[in-house]
Order: sequence, then structure tokens, then C-alpha cells
Amino acid sequence: MTPQSSFMIVVPIASGKRDAMDSLLESMNLAPGRVDPHNPVIPFALFDELHSARLLIIEANTAEDILAYDTEVRHWTPSLALLGEVDGERGQFLARLAVVASHGLATLFALCQGFDTHQGSMLSFLQSHQTNSAADYVNWRGRTVRQVHEEARLQRFLAERLSTMLAEDGHTDVRQIRQQLLTSVQLEQQTGRLTLTPEAPTSWRHWWRNALHLISLPVILLLLTPVLVVVLPLALWRLRKIEKNDPDIDTKSTLAHIRTLSRIEDHDVSNQFNVFGDVKPGLFRLLLLKSVMYIVSYAARHIYRRGYLARVRTIHFARWVFLNQNRSMYFASLYDGSLESYMDDFINKVAFGLNLTFSHGVGYPRTRWMIKGGAELEQPFKQTLRRHQLPAAVWYRAHPGLTAIDMARHARIRRGIEEYPLDNAQIRQWLSEI
Amino acid sequence: MNDQQTVEFDDIQALARFAHGHLQDSCFLLLSVIDRHAAGRWLQRANIATAGQKAELPDTAVQIAFTPAGLTALGLPEQTLMQFPEDYLTGISGDESRSRRLGDVDHNAPALWQWGHHDWHAVHLLLLLYSHRGSIGRFREEIADKGFDSAFHVCHTLPTDTLSPHEPFGFKDGISQPRIDWQHTQRTDVHAREAYSNLLAPGEIVLGYDNEYGQLTPRPLVSTTSDTHSVILPPAVDHPGYQDMGRNGTYLVLRQLQQDVSGFWKYVHEQARGNATLAEELASQFVGRQRDGKPLVIPTVRNIPGISRKQTDNHFDYDDDPYGFQCPVGAHIRRSNPRSGDFPPGVSGFWSRLVSTLGFNRQAEQQDLVASSRFHRLLRRGRTYGAIHPQSAETDKEQGLQFISLGANITRQFEFVQSAWSISSSFAGTREERDPLLGHRRALDNGTRTDNFMQADAAGAQRKLPSLPAFVTVRGAGYFFMPGLRAVRYLGKMAEQNPDGATPNGDEPDSAVISEINSSSSVAGRP
Repeated sequence: MTPQSSFMIVVPIASGKRDAMDSLLESMNLAPGRVDPHNPVIPFALFDELHSARLLIIEANTAEDILAYDTEVRHWTPSLALLGEVDGERGQFLARLAVVASHGLATLFALCQGFDTHQGSMLSFLQSHQTNSAADYVNWRGRTVRQVHEEARLQRFLAERLSTMLAEDGHTDVRQIRQQLLTSVQLEQQTGRLTLTPEAPTSWRHWWRNALHLISLPVILLLLTPVLVVVLPLALWRLRKIEKNDPDIDTKSTLAHIRTLSRIEDHDVSNQFNVFGDVKPGLFRLLLLKSVMYIVSYAARHIYRRGYLARVRTIHFARWVFLNQNRSMYFASLYDGSLESYMDDFINKVAFGLNLTFSHGVGYPRTRWMIKGGAELEQPFKQTLRRHQLPAAVWYRAHPGLTAIDMARHARIRRGIEEYPLDNAQIRQWLSEI
Repeated sequence: MNDQQTVEFDDIQALARFAHGHLQDSCFLLLSVIDRHAAGRWLQRANIATAGQKAELPDTAVQIAFTPAGLTALGLPEQTLMQFPEDYLTGISGDESRSRRLGDVDHNAPALWQWGHHDWHAVHLLLLLYSHRGSIGRFREEIADKGFDSAFHVCHTLPTDTLSPHEPFGFKDGISQPRIDWQHTQRTDVHAREAYSNLLAPGEIVLGYDNEYGQLTPRPLVSTTSDTHSVILPPAVDHPGYQDMGRNGTYLVLRQLQQDVSGFWKYVHEQARGNATLAEELASQFVGRQRDGKPLVIPTVRNIPGISRKQTDNHFDYDDDPYGFQCPVGAHIRRSNPRSGDFPPGVSGFWSRLVSTLGFNRQAEQQDLVASSRFHRLLRRGRTYGAIHPQSAETDKEQGLQFISLGANITRQFEFVQSAWSISSSFAGTREERDPLLGHRRALDNGTRTDNFMQADAAGAQRKLPSLPAFVTVRGAGYFFMPGLRAVRYLGKMAEQNPDGATPNGDEPDSAVISEINSSSSVAGRP
């Protein structure tokens, strides 16, 4: 299995360069919300291990909300963020990126702080600004860009072949149909027009690291049990107390903000989502959030790794990142459907998960015990997410037009080619998915 | 249930409760305020039909709804207006992003509309008139008295027709409607309802009451100290010291949908190679029902609250047909209301809910893609127009539907159903297709075509009908606010007593636009 990794380069924008940055980023698009995959700044399409990437300016639009806690506004310099998800190791990708897009990256970073005085290579600049996630979610761990493309091609080929066959003569024997399809696939593979690359072996290093991570949580829990027995009730008591004292912040988004966001949405079957905001003040909150992030990261790595994030199946990638010395948090995701349907899933299917991870943010609707309330308060929840949302100036996907459901179906179609014997019911099911 | 939740029928416009089915004729007028004073006086004496029970059915009915420009023209302060939600303020055609999301692109683009785009700033009111068959002309004259004429200019008379149980393609329409739970018999809670229910909280349709989330939908509130007129408004139940301008009001979405009836049947017959039975079957697959209204899925044995078992054409859901063998997943009525509960079929009780919530209930790949349809229901009040009578020689006459839906939240109800379900090319795992009736046919950016219709087949491969033409064209549309009776009087009073009696600058209707609209409406209009 080829594991996926994420990268995120965050660099503060130099003062007075904001407008230049905006127009440079805009130049990478064909139209608002539609990237030019071959744009000269970063020709994304050249990277065949790149699932998706985005560039955005992270800025603190809601910084003053924290005044409700009698806390000073936390300073944050608007920063350029370049982030994405790749197959394989992050280091290898960044090294390639630094070479292939060195000129374009230089024009981008020239508008940022510290690039002109940077001694060393582009790669070292990237590495020194790499910001690790607290948790990464991948819809299907191990599914590579190549696999997605190959399986999509396989499905198209089979669908065309099948409809020709059915039009030519009324086949009724499903076994016969399948046999003919398998033969066509083999022929097509021999001509080289169709490839189905076998899964790469899992590296020992990855296997060990994953195994260690897998046992980490049980071990930690086991070791800490005596402490937790004492600390947990106290922590819950403290949590409930601060939850009750959380101020309500119900500022609405401006119409202009909503327009800026929706301008780049719904051009494809999928959308990007970014939110940025302050973490509620206090060491207790921070420790709580860190623990939650550890659990989320654990669950994403070992439990929700095959198409499901709890009940939700429309999220391709998601990540939670601490910024500004743990004082702020950034969340990014790539999801299928419209924002309203995404919110719908948040509220109706995984409100508890949203509350666990987002209730530590300033302005989040009031929760009870970190699980109830919060996202269940429909309008305040939608309002707070929209208000903290940031537009992605540039957004690239290697496989536009494909939803996570499509990809899972394509993988099942491929399995139906490679696995047998299948009984008649299974063949019918397989045919129906093509 | 507390007093605040007791529904005030006498303050709610009748359309939220009744469809005026016995009043077979109707006339829909788009008006512009030309004299604020006169408009205020007229609004205060207007005899608006209410949802209160009467001993006898009324002979006529008037309903009124306003555009944001209309509220401004009547003198509503900006600070109140800006409390309305973004969807209503921006309008259905006010933002290209919204049009894209709603599928109002290509042949449906607002730039091509007869009304609702170029002229939108001049449209202030929507007046819906209903009367007995044959008497609508007289009723309209009665309404358009001297006081009316000095107050309003009629921008556009929308075509309407005598009420028919069938929509122009020939299918029985209006069978599926949510049943409003006026007595609050059903619990509203995010995760409370495992299976599909047809009962709907009053707050989903009328503002000021609990919605399906058990919460109040935000609406404009007015402080009694800053606005003396507001004393006649109902008090805001959640904000002491404020009056509620939204309570008992609802948002009205109006879309004039032209239907290409001959094109529809021509395509179906072509695909059926002239076989009439097959053509009929195909058409019913598009719709999800046969012409007489019989659904393609068999009625369910489970209980559906809010639908009587005797109502066999409505007592069904899709739980037993996850793959669409009985009714295609992409069929029009299945997209418009997938009839799903909050949990996948079979989930009941604490543990199975927990297992499902954590994502470990993975029975069928197709299941649970679309859940909780109760948050996206539409109360439909549409009327057809342009029916071609068998004797008539005109066959190229425009016909279609004046689609009307009522709801408390345009984005979560109408826009969600339209964008995430009807025109989505990936609704519930479907692909390469949109609503066979309503959808536009634009391909995805990566070239994937979406002008197909897929029919699942238990015997194996699904059938794919290619190259569907568009059968429906949007000719005009608008978002309106249909206030409670007291709120209409409040607006009337405000308009009449506002020191600035004339229509404010900028809201002066553009005479060129109006005459253009009038000339285009004269073909279809039926005064």
C-alpha cells in the first residue's frame, strides 16, 4: 500500500504585497474557482502523485471575537498557505515541487516575508515553513492518483463495451456477458490502452510506524488509567463549567463575504472548504483540544480509513492544523456536493464529531459535554462556519468530476475483474455497478 | 406545548394551510408601488384570506407577498430589512453563483427570463387572486379599484389556468405534500426520528414556531422603542422587548416553468421505437409515478405518520428499493423527496443508532447517502398554465407550471432540493444524469455528460437512455416574503404614515422596463 501524506507551507505575506499576491494567485485560474492545471506558476498537472492542492490567504477575519473573553486580540499576519495531499512521502514530493516549480514558487514567495533573506535552496525554504497537521483524514488510505485514473478508465471502457454488447444482441446469460467483458479487458490491456497497476507493497518502515501508532492509544490509556480515574471527573466538571460560561457570539456574515465564497463553489461535483479561527483561551482548553486531536488522528488512521468518516462518505480529505503557536486552528477539507449538503451531514449525521473538534473554537455555538448542542443549533452553527470560512484562491484536483462514492464503486468494479469465482447474484451486482 | 407555540391561524395567510382547491381560477400579478401613501392605505384595507377555519368556504381569496425592493418601497427601514436572510435579499437571480447552484444556466439563465431578472428591482409585490371558475376576470376588476390603480402599477400578469389535477405532461400532480403538524404532536429533535414521517413541524413552513430542529428560524425583529408602528406586530417569543415581523409569515418561491410537452412525448416515443406501452412505461420511470399517480414502488407496510394507509398513491418510501429496481433513483419524485428518515432503514433503538452514528452500519452501499429528508420539504401551491384544449388549433402555445413553494428557509428547503437533489449529477450515488424533467443538461467540466437517464435492472446491467433534451425551461422566478396579517397591516401603516410619502428615489419603476415586460406578457397573460 502506498500511504498518503499531506503538506502545508505557510508563509506570512510581506507588508504591502497583498494586492500583488491576490492578482498573482488569480492568474493561476482560468476563471474564478477553476484552476488552470498547467498554469506557469505551479503546473499541478505535472505531478502525478498529487491528489489535490490549494493556495489561500489565511487571514484573521474574526480575530476580534476573542474580546468577548476579555482577552487581547491575537496578532496574526495574513499568510500564504500552499497545501495538498500526495501519494508517498511528503519529502519526496516537496523535493520535486522545489525543482519543477522553482521559478513560480519564487515569484510567490517573493511577495512573502523572509524569502529575500533566505540562504539556501527552495527545498529548505519549503521545509522550514512546512506546518504539520494535528490530524489528517484520508477517505481511502492507500488509494493512489494513478489507481483512481486507471479505475475510472476501466469503468468507462466496461460501460461502453457493455452497452455495445447489449445493443448488438440481447444477452441474457450474465456469465457469458462477464466472460466477454473480461476478454475485452485482457485484450485492451495487451494493447496497453488499459492498465491496472497492482498495489505497491507496503514499506516496512510504514508498517512499523503504523503498528506502533496503533498500539499507542491503548498503551497510553492503560498506563494512565490510575491518573485518568482521578483526572477525568475533574476535567468533565471543569469542562461543563467553562462551557456554561462561554459567551455567545452571533455576528452574521456580510453579503459580500458570502458572495466571495460562493463565487468559487459548485463548479464541480466537489468543493473545497477552509475555516480559520481562534482557540478559546486557557491551558485547559488547549490540552483538551490536543487530546481530542490525538484521538481524531488515531481514528482517522486506524478506524475510518476505508470510505467512511463515521456516517459521512463524501469527504475526500480533511485536516486540522494548529497555527499561531497553538492559538488558532485551521481546518481544510475537500467534499462532494454543495456546502448546504455538507452542513446537512455535519448537523444530521456527525454533530457529535463536529462538536468534539470545533467546540474549542471561539464563536462556536454552545455545547453540552463537548458532544451535545453546538452543531445541533442549526442556524448559529451554519452562521459561524460561514463566517470563519476562507476562500481558496486556487484549488486543484487531479480527478474532477469524480465523487468519493464513484471512486469506491470503480474500485469494486475492478475487484470484480480480478476476483473470481463470482456467483450469479454477484455478477448481476457487478454488472449493475458498471 | 406552550402558548407561544399555539398556532395563530387568523394571522397566517391561508395559502400556508389551504391550496384553495375549490377556487379553480387564479390570477397572479406582479406589482410595482407607484404611490407609497396609496399603497399603504390599500394594504390596510385589503381583505387577505387567512388560515382560520370558516363556517363556509370563501368565494374568493387574496394573498400578498413582497420582494425586498417592495419592503423598501413601503418604507421599511434598512436595519429591519437587513435582518432578512441572504437568499431572500439577494434574490433568485441576483447572483451568478446562486444561478449556477440552482441550475439556472444555459437555456434557463436569468438573462433569458421573461420576468424576475432585468425587471426585478421594479417588482414590489406579488398578488395572488383566486376565485370560482369563470369569475376571475370580474374579481380582478373588483380588486383593481381606484385606490388600487393609484397605488400600484401592474408590471406583469403571469399566465394561469383553470386548476387541473394533472400537470401538462399528463401526470397527476400534487399528491405528495407534507402534512403540517399544527398541534405539535410529533417531537422535533435532530436525531429523534429514525424512519420517514410525513408530519412536519409548523416552524418549517411558518416563521415564529419551532422548526424540525426544535428551534426558531431567524427572522426580522423590531424594537418597540425605536419603531412605534411595531406595537401591532406579535411579540418576539425569544427576545423580550422586540416585536416579531416574521411570525406567521412564510417565504414564497415562484418559478414559471415552461414544459415542452410535445418534445417530452416525442423523445419517449422515439426511445420506445413507437411502442406506445413502452413509451408510457418510460415516461412513468422519469416521473416515478404512472399518469394516474400510482407510484412505481409498492406501498409500504410500515407506518408513515401523516399519511393514511388508504392513500396508496402516497403511502410509500424507498427503503425496500435501495438500488432503484422498482423506481429509478434518478426519477423526478424520488429526487424531489427521497423519503428518508434520520437513520438508514432498520435502525431502531439506542445501540443500533450508536452503531450507525459511528459509521459501522454498512448494510448496502447505496443506503444512507441521503438521510433526514424532513429538513428539506416543500409545501407546493403551484398552478398550471397554458393548457391546450383538444378543440384548439394552437399547438405551439406556451404551457407549463407556475411552481410555488412555501417554506421558512429558502436555502435549506427550496434551494437544497433544487441543487443537492434535483439537478445534482451525483444525487444518492447517481452519475451522468440530472432530474429527467427539471434538470439542465450541461456536461461536467471534465467532459462527463449528464444528459442521460439510468434505469437499474435486477437482471444485471443498467439501461442508459442517452441525449435527453431539456423538457423544462425557466421563464421567470422570484423569492417573496408572505407576511402574517398583522405584519401586512404594519407595512401598510408604515407606508401611509411615512413622512416621505413618495416612492423613494431609486425605487422608481423603470418605465422602459415595465413597458417591455407588458408587451412580452400580453401573449400569455389572461387578464
